[in-house]
Amino acid sequence: MLRLVVRRLLQLIPTLFGLTVLLFIWIHRLPGGPAWALLGERGNEAARRQIEEQLGLDEPLWVQYGRWLRRLLQLDLGNSIKTGQPVWEEFTLRFPATVELGLTALVFAVVIGIPLGYFAARRRGSWLDVTAVSGSLVGICVPVFFLAMILRSIFAVNLGWLPSGGRLTTGIDATDVTGFAVLDGLLTGEFDASWDAVQHLILPGLALASIPLAVVVRITRASVLEVLSEDYVRTAESKGLRKSVVRGRHVLRNALLPVVTTVGLVTGSLLSGAVLTESAFSFGGIGSFIRQAISDRDYPVLMGFILFIALVYVLINLLVDLTYGLIDPRVRVN
Amino acid sequence: MATKTEKIDRLAELTARRETVTGGSLWVEAFRRLRSSKMALIGVAIMALFVVIALIGPWIAPHNPTAQIWRDEVFTNRGEFVGPRGENWLGLDHLGRDQLSRMLVGARQTLLVGVVSTVLGFALGALIGGVSGAALAFGGRAGQRLDTVLMRFIDMMLAMPSLLLAVSIAAVMGQSLTTVMIAVGVVQVPIFARLLRGSMLAQANADYVLAARALGVRRRRVVLGHVLPNSLGPVIVQSTLALATAIIEAAALSYLGLGNPDAAQPEWGVMLAQAERFFDEAPFMAICPALGIIVTALGFTLLGEAMREALDPKLRS
Amino acid sequence: MPLLSVDELKVTFAGHGRRATTAVSGVSFDVDEGQVVGLVGESGCGKSVTSLALMGLLPAKGVRVEGRADYRGTDLLSLSPSRLRDLRGTQLAMIFQDPLSSLNPVVPIGVQVTEILSRHRGLRGQAARDEAATLLDRVGIPDPRRRLKEYPHQLSGGMRQRALIAMAVACAPRLLIADEPTTALDVTIQAQILELLKELVDQQGTALLMITHDLGVVAGLCDEVNVLYAGKVVESADRRTLFAEPAHPYAHGLLNSIPRLDAPRGQPLNPVRGSINDQIAWADGCAFAPRCDFYTLDCLQGTPELGPLNADAVAGHQVRCVNPVREPLAVTTLAEVGAGGDPPAEAAAPKGAPKTAPKAAPKEETSE
Repeated sequence: MLRLVVRRLLQLIPTLFGLTVLLFIWIHRLPGGPAWALLGERGNEAARRQIEEQLGLDEPLWVQYGRWLRRLLQLDLGNSIKTGQPVWEEFTLRFPATVELGLTALVFAVVIGIPLGYFAARRRGSWLDVTAVSGSLVGICVPVFFLAMILRSIFAVNLGWLPSGGRLTTGIDATDVTGFAVLDGLLTGEFDASWDAVQHLILPGLALASIPLAVVVRITRASVLEVLSEDYVRTAESKGLRKSVVRGRHVLRNALLPVVTTVGLVTGSLLSGAVLTESAFSFGGIGSFIRQAISDRDYPVLMGFILFIALVYVLINLLVDLTYGLIDPRVRVN
Repeated sequence: MATKTEKIDRLAELTARRETVTGGSLWVEAFRRLRSSKMALIGVAIMALFVVIALIGPWIAPHNPTAQIWRDEVFTNRGEFVGPRGENWLGLDHLGRDQLSRMLVGARQTLLVGVVSTVLGFALGALIGGVSGAALAFGGRAGQRLDTVLMRFIDMMLAMPSLLLAVSIAAVMGQSLTTVMIAVGVVQVPIFARLLRGSMLAQANADYVLAARALGVRRRRVVLGHVLPNSLGPVIVQSTLALATAIIEAAALSYLGLGNPDAAQPEWGVMLAQAERFFDEAPFMAICPALGIIVTALGFTLLGEAMREALDPKLRS
Repeated sequence: MPLLSVDELKVTFAGHGRRATTAVSGVSFDVDEGQVVGLVGESGCGKSVTSLALMGLLPAKGVRVEGRADYRGTDLLSLSPSRLRDLRGTQLAMIFQDPLSSLNPVVPIGVQVTEILSRHRGLRGQAARDEAATLLDRVGIPDPRRRLKEYPHQLSGGMRQRALIAMAVACAPRLLIADEPTTALDVTIQAQILELLKELVDQQGTALLMITHDLGVVAGLCDEVNVLYAGKVVESADRRTLFAEPAHPYAHGLLNSIPRLDAPRGQPLNPVRGSINDQIAWADGCAFAPRCDFYTLDCLQGTPELGPLNADAVAGHQVRCVNPVREPLAVTTLAEVGAGGDPPAEAAAPKGAPKTAPKAAPKEETSE
């Protein structure tokens, strides 16, 4: 187990190295550069030079990259050019919001998607199946931000059931412990703060969940249909087993294998959707921060972000493999 | 006593009566199944409608899509938008422009973004994937190395969240229609590359390839004449699905403020993005372009899914 | 009264918007207590569909099953799904063709055996595991305790089929249906599995419905044989009679097509020409007519009846043919055709030899 994790991380190193080099070259090619972004309209050539000298941006690229890499080995991601704060701190400030949002979407996708896909397959051709299939097709085609607009307009603006944006109602008494709003409330006993945070998560979570949900429904349905026609299900039936045993042990367990892989893939793609959803609900997560960093040419932030994302990907894949191994003995690592 | 021909004729007649449709080639068979699929039919109908509108839209638009001829009306009743009415079936936008005309004219831009970016993604992705797959399957040790390098590169692209990749491309190249097309296209590259490579590897291990090689067919001929044509199915399906994704992604870029800034060229994504601010007062302004995008994307998706099903060997009976 | 009496079983699959296809078009046969009955025919003749229909394992939608299948006084085809569920595993059990795909890949062998014990015999926990180990031991799986914890992919093909047999006989069913149980196995394993099946069936007094295309299996195992063609029984007889005097041109052709080692060099093989696709509807005449060497226009006067060959035919020898083959097969012997499947080295059964009573045969052969 631990060996697997370590091996995966080691395998990651060449990819990460290539990625950071490419990225380094790539973002330093961005026209403008951070100096202009910092100076804004008022900037002149002399001021730009001065800033670039301060930041070491006038040195050759490979020197800059070497410096960045040396810092990285000391676990230092550098400071944001824009805010001057350590990149790491900027991240820890904003990541919890995005993670919370992503997890909410994932929970929606899995908790609704798997049963829906399963029952759609079991009652193939029924109204439930037709609804699930066409719903998931439409779900893939609706732009996330449009869905966000609609949800906000109906449930927040018109019906007033849920807050229309932000992470917490302003003025609510919430102590910051971990940065995860829901968790903080539970830890400190401020349950009303937790509840408030949950309410703020529902709409953006739903909007973000639309595509993963559609994908999970479709994969689950297809997978269950395939398993239903497998020989071992027929064997189980021929043994006269109870329906619940046939369905649980023989159908669902096998059908979940591709679903696990898909959930992993979908998790990786949540970040793109998060950028849009966070914008629509002014949710203040990492997505909007990175967007800003791109237009500010904030190199250290971008580099750090890519490293972080790559790590998250590896972790997700690892989790997928471990779950897969739990279900499927054929791929279990010894 | 019956003659021999009589016996044979009678039998032939009865045998023919039972004759069921037998399978043709893979593509013929797939096409027949596609034709009988309701999903494909709806998909093609939507696509056709969309393409026709894109082609003739500017000529059938009732008004000039950029003229703010109803400006006064919009601004005299501040905050009140002009909804659907006799002269303007889909109402006016925030600047008093005719929505229907903007929709009709905008279809062309939307189609252009979708097609160009998909072609770009397809071409680059298929090139990388094809070279990589052929190299790994038939290129020996050196091919293996080439494949590793190319796939590492693709992995890197995949590791970047697609939208942020697009955003950073848009940031480098400045705001323009070309930028949107390139950004959306590049995002598709790794998907096509992986798909074609995987598909080619599966084909390369098939018995018929072994047979061809055992018969001494040249490697180049095996790859180009056998492996590649047989691997294209999933990639073609993906390109149909990618058209849908491209249109949605382009809209997302517009929403993030990176869309085509040229106001003279209405485009559905930009229209939708601009309508967000007024969504609570004038939802129809957003709903029109949104429906346009959703329905079009749905058309491509339906066709893609139907094609996938038609080509799926598991479903063939 | 037979244990199972199938009467005019008909199975029709609804096509996808197209014409419906009839897989089984009126099959009738009997299985007596403790008897081994063969259902023989080439792929596509409806033998597997027949077995699935009897077990109630055909999909509920898009399939029409007609006719009767009397099992000890109840019609299996009209039983409610839940009653059938109770019968399956206890009274009726089935073994399938491909042991790998017939076992759930993600569930240990032990669980797949114990689940049937807990369902039908109420055994749980350690008791169930003990019984499962005993069962595996009985079907010849060495080190059964360890095997219980293993997964199907860790077992060899033969072991997997043994495990499936263990599940099938776990509740000592009255009728065991085996659908080509040796087709997917190595030739060396095939004989072992057949031997095991015969042994178990004899021990438990279980009747066995053996579905196969392998005449060697038939020769080595079956008391009664039903030859199927295009969804109908075309000939049924006890094994000796069938092998000695096949009367239907199809059965004759099948037996005649077996390659012989003692044939002179250069003598061509005698395949049954054509394929199962060259057939006509039974309603129009004999479905085999297009492939038949003895075909006349009389063959096209509606469905031929299944009836006794002639007045002095062996009891139970029935043929569906208007022009049955009169001449017995020249030299085919049971030992020869049995060589591929099973060891019994029985003396050749020359034509006209006294017909053994069906039930007597297997007793003589169980000696190893």
